[in-house]
Amino acid sequence: MSTRFWRETWLVFVRSIRPTLRNPQSVLIGMSMSLLYLVLFGPLLRSFGTGDSSWEWFVPGMMAQTALFGTAYAGFALIPEIRSGALERMRVSPVSRSALLLGRVAGDVLRLVIQAVLLALLAMVFGFRVGIGPLLLGLALLAVLGVAIGAASYALALKLRQEYAFAPVLSMSVMPLMLLSGVLLPMTIAPAWLYDISRANPLSYVVDAERAMVAGQWSAPSIWLGPLLGILLALLATGWGVRTFRREAA
Amino acid sequence: MIKARGLTRDFVARGRTVAAVRGVDLDVAAGELVGFLGPNGAGKTTTLRMLTTLLTPTSGEAFVAGADLLTDPAGVRARIGYVGQGNGGGLDQKVGDELILHGRLYGLSAPDAKQRAREMAETFELTDLLGRLVITLSGGQKRRLDIALGVLHRPSLVFLDEPSTGLDPQSRDNLWRHIRDLRDAHGATVFLTTHYLDEADALCDRIIIIDDGGIVAEGSPDELKRRVAGDLVELGVSDPDRAVALAGAVSGATELDTTADTVTFRVPRGDTVLPGLLRELDRAQVRVDAVATHRPTLDDVFLGLTGRSLREAA
Repeated sequence: MSTRFWRETWLVFVRSIRPTLRNPQSVLIGMSMSLLYLVLFGPLLRSFGTGDSSWEWFVPGMMAQTALFGTAYAGFALIPEIRSGALERMRVSPVSRSALLLGRVAGDVLRLVIQAVLLALLAMVFGFRVGIGPLLLGLALLAVLGVAIGAASYALALKLRQEYAFAPVLSMSVMPLMLLSGVLLPMTIAPAWLYDISRANPLSYVVDAERAMVAGQWSAPSIWLGPLLGILLALLATGWGVRTFRREAA
Repeated sequence: MIKARGLTRDFVARGRTVAAVRGVDLDVAAGELVGFLGPNGAGKTTTLRMLTTLLTPTSGEAFVAGADLLTDPAGVRARIGYVGQGNGGGLDQKVGDELILHGRLYGLSAPDAKQRAREMAETFELTDLLGRLVITLSGGQKRRLDIALGVLHRPSLVFLDEPSTGLDPQSRDNLWRHIRDLRDAHGATVFLTTHYLDEADALCDRIIIIDDGGIVAEGSPDELKRRVAGDLVELGVSDPDRAVALAGAVSGATELDTTADTVTFRVPRGDTVLPGLLRELDRAQVRVDAVATHRPTLDDVFLGLTGRSLREAA
């Protein structure tokens, strides 16, 4: 990775966060779904009698859900730029194709980290407790997840090129990923067939790892499995994304 | 500046292979202002996108601004300017930010990029718009920003893809002035596509006509018109029968036609033929009431070459 690559990635990153800087409330709007779950659904969990630790179980899942929704829809911002010609203008400049992708992804990761921190702070009002070390580790894992999902979202947007094609594919993949990751209720109470399907969902391992980190269960196997899987997914998605940005018709 | 040989591009649509561009050879010398003219779907934009690295040719090769298109696309990108059909500025970005960013993408330092953005804004009358979001600009303002973004790194070769499409006449005149300036004031070689006859005619030193994926003719606007169609001469006369006999004797006269008081015919270089013909009509005591010559339009040229009018082809 040359300094040129980092410089170009930085330039693309700054460009991608400018609209957010002008409109900071969009960060809150982007996390409204997780906020609603936290305030209107989270308290119900306590009535299930999962104990005093229920916030420590629920909030990491909500943070992962924020990461999923925040970055899965990132491709929507690219479609107007494909249509208008702004992306073409950047593609015809000598900037590296990976910087074009990763600069944008970095902007989305920054937004998701801010959202996750806000969510954790708000949860603390309800009684959520987490140490600074575990929180930072948890945020790092979310960032890796965000790279994976964000890069895949941009690659998909470049392939489909129209909102009406992108939106259904997105909701058909994001909703099952979310439901099968056990962010709302523990998958251990699921019937065997549903549990087995959820184990095929890589996101559920990331959610498990996020919970183990926040709870400080350093001996749990998911502590390693989740991050490893996340890094693998991030590498695969980035590879796919860069190839799509390099490809001509895009 | 551009040398392309056998440039070909196939698209696969619904399992069928369609050749959009078939074996195009191009030679453009430094300092030329060349128009690439043809109806929609003729292969203009596909050719341009190949030359600017946005599409990989199916076969063929090209050197663009001294770099090999196939082995060094990054070298081509660094050397050329490109103004596409769309708008280069991001709609939710500020005009000034985009100008500076593109300067930096071409390797300028932050202070240099700021300086260049100011100069470009000055040249393209964008100074008052630097703090505005691109989405709030008018069509003509967006187009000026597109050109500024495309040429701010001072490329020696500039490609423009249908630059005036959708502009009002006043913005179009302004745009033409800027395009001429690229060559006349900055010495750039300019290669533009258009399906407007008057645009190619007004701007270009040389026109290359493409139809159905292949080049069908090239030359200066005047050469093309002379070669293919010839001027249309209209005479209002007292005695069309005697006049048409005299006109028919002019070397190269074709398409002779008469009405009750006019004679029309086509002839290469009507402007040089007319004085002699007028003297002969005078000698034959045919009274001439009106004289008009019409230079052939590029539409006539296109019709002569392809059997279709450019307007119906589009």
